[in-house]
Amino acid sequence: MALSHAASRSNLLKPLVSGFSYSSSLRRSISSAADNSSSLTIETSVPFTAHKCDEPSRSVETNPKELLGFFRDMALMRRMEIAADSLYKAKLIRGFCHLYDGQEAVAVGMEAAITKKDAIITAYRDHCTFLGRGGTLLEIFAELMGRQAGCSRGKGGSMHFYKKDACFYGGHGIVGAQVPLGCGVAFAQKYSKDETVTFALYGDGAANQGQLFEALNISALWDLPVILVCENNHYGMGTAEWRAAKSPAYYKRGDYVPGLKVDGMDALAVKQACKFAKEHALKNGPIILEMDTYRYHGHSMSDPGSTYRTRDEISGVRQERDPIERIRKLIISYDLATEKELKDIEKEVRKEVDEAIAQAKENPLPDPSELFTNVYVKGFGTESFGADRKELRAVLP
Amino acid sequence: MVSILRRSPKLLSSICRRQFSASSDGNLTSHGGKSMNLYSAINQALHIALETDPRSYVFGEDVGFGGVFRCTTGLVDRYGKDRVFNTPLCEQGIVGFGIGLAAMGNRAIAEIQFADYIYPAFDQIVNEAAKFRYRSGNQFNCGGLTIRAPYGAVGHGGHYHSQSPEAFFCHVPGIKVVIPRSPYQAKGLLLSCIRDQNPVVFFEPKLLYRLAVEEVPEDDFMLPLSEAEVIREGSDITLVGWGAQLSVMEQACIDAEKDGISCELIDLRTLMPWDKETVEASVKKTGRLLISHEAPVTGGFGAEISASIVERCFLRLEAPVSRVCGLDTPFPLVFEPFYMPTKNKILDAIKATVKY
Repeated sequence: MALSHAASRSNLLKPLVSGFSYSSSLRRSISSAADNSSSLTIETSVPFTAHKCDEPSRSVETNPKELLGFFRDMALMRRMEIAADSLYKAKLIRGFCHLYDGQEAVAVGMEAAITKKDAIITAYRDHCTFLGRGGTLLEIFAELMGRQAGCSRGKGGSMHFYKKDACFYGGHGIVGAQVPLGCGVAFAQKYSKDETVTFALYGDGAANQGQLFEALNISALWDLPVILVCENNHYGMGTAEWRAAKSPAYYKRGDYVPGLKVDGMDALAVKQACKFAKEHALKNGPIILEMDTYRYHGHSMSDPGSTYRTRDEISGVRQERDPIERIRKLIISYDLATEKELKDIEKEVRKEVDEAIAQAKENPLPDPSELFTNVYVKGFGTESFGADRKELRAVLP
Repeated sequence: MVSILRRSPKLLSSICRRQFSASSDGNLTSHGGKSMNLYSAINQALHIALETDPRSYVFGEDVGFGGVFRCTTGLVDRYGKDRVFNTPLCEQGIVGFGIGLAAMGNRAIAEIQFADYIYPAFDQIVNEAAKFRYRSGNQFNCGGLTIRAPYGAVGHGGHYHSQSPEAFFCHVPGIKVVIPRSPYQAKGLLLSCIRDQNPVVFFEPKLLYRLAVEEVPEDDFMLPLSEAEVIREGSDITLVGWGAQLSVMEQACIDAEKDGISCELIDLRTLMPWDKETVEASVKKTGRLLISHEAPVTGGFGAEISASIVERCFLRLEAPVSRVCGLDTPFPLVFEPFYMPTKNKILDAIKATVKY
């Protein structure tokens, strides 16, 4: 794995362990690819497999700051999802809740390759994607608990995170429905000629929805700058991919659309693939990236995640392929930080999460009148009727 | 407000964690048989359907593992993977496949995991299933198709796990829409739907899967479709509802009785085609009508009932028809207790209608 090492260790840890507020340090770490003080070339553990395109190089350019940023961001995501699990069990989070732990490398690797002007649209497993786009922990936990400070003002809940200023188009509840939307976003981007692309994420379960193929045809027909990212965690809810898909080679499912299979547990491989895909999409139109990844939790909080797969399988992935451990090993082997320094980062992250939760708990629920807002555009003047339309009615604000 | 939110789940469960009266004399359950909850009753009906007709099939997302609500537990072990199987996540494909299977003379029992996910299949249901017999001049049909889908609020489902889409399907001649209120009803009605010669959409109140418990006979029995049931007799006002809403309405009836108002409660059971006669006879007796459903009030099926009954009973009505329904908003996440047609809203409407 180890190749060249041209880094100097000086001051690399400082920005990470100093007391920056979460959001600023995240932004720093995600944009850190631009750091040119030192550079590293690391080979991906698994080669890419390409369909109708040349695969990108396995040698990924990175730097110590980026690696430490990956570690911190993924540790934060992991901690955040574990905390959400507890909050759900304590009934502080209601609605349906789908956790991302295990898949963190996809979110951080993708962000490292693109800018906030590139759009991302995903399904309901959206907490970490939102965090990657620069969302704050408070916005996340407040939204999860349906509070005013939430990113969707407490009206969306777990499945409906949005961040317009970072081109994050959410946060969609129906399996596969977000992919055609992503094609529409990409069409608008093509029109504006600003060299941006859309990453439309979906799971291996959604890969079998008919509308995905409709979207593929349209985007290929019109050369839209859209990257269809199949986060293949190998289970569509409780059904293993091979039970649901005649061909689980999702990167080839576009037929005439090129595809690339990527180790989705390797943040650097994800970064390389997303960089490659963005260039491809701007020049040639759509491409599919299949991220081979894994979710440790069940499909949603009502799924223990142990009825359709073995505990050995889960612990095996944790031991062999965990995205955080992979980066931890890299950092240690390149002597970029000590075990203790990484443990300190994890402790710090834990504290940030706890603080955000405490803050979110203090945050009030939306005002009851919010029940009637945003149904239509403001000032539309439509009446909403109460339980008995003779007695209660309100003109929508 | 916070206290309202905290209190209401408790209130909800106190309403629901009770026996359901299913017999027309209003007595609490006495069908004999085993005490079971609603998902077990559905499970039993599916066992019987597969047992009694070798040409019946159960399929849907995750049904092989028993389904997310455990309704299909044990089916694959008993009847094999050729008759009980998981499908990919593709609702349009599931229903389209079911239509084809049913068109070949089979009983296709399709599960859509949540009624909120039925919309990708809307075209197949509305354009293909419902009109197959009509447009082929009766050469073909998909009468063997039954689509099961859990519907309704559960207290914390949010936007996409709580909706009640029954009204959309009631607007489609060619399909039947059936919603049971209790385990006994669920078993008998589901077996009737599966064996009915028309495609049926069968919505199951998911709130009641575990909460509703009553005695259900172990044997094979069917309850008639398109027959409403008077579950509580009264003389001052008629209440019409279906599914999970009936338990809320029944509580309102009990409270109204304390104020000397005698309510007649009707479970419509089949929404399409619905039993106008039973409702008409009741309204002619009471002179007042209240309809309650979880779906938004505007364009809900309550509107259809109201219009039909006004047509038939205009001169007998002593007050405008009252509708206590969901609000005209998307199904909310944190404000579910405000959105819902709760017992107190119904009670207020009962009093207002009787005093009118």
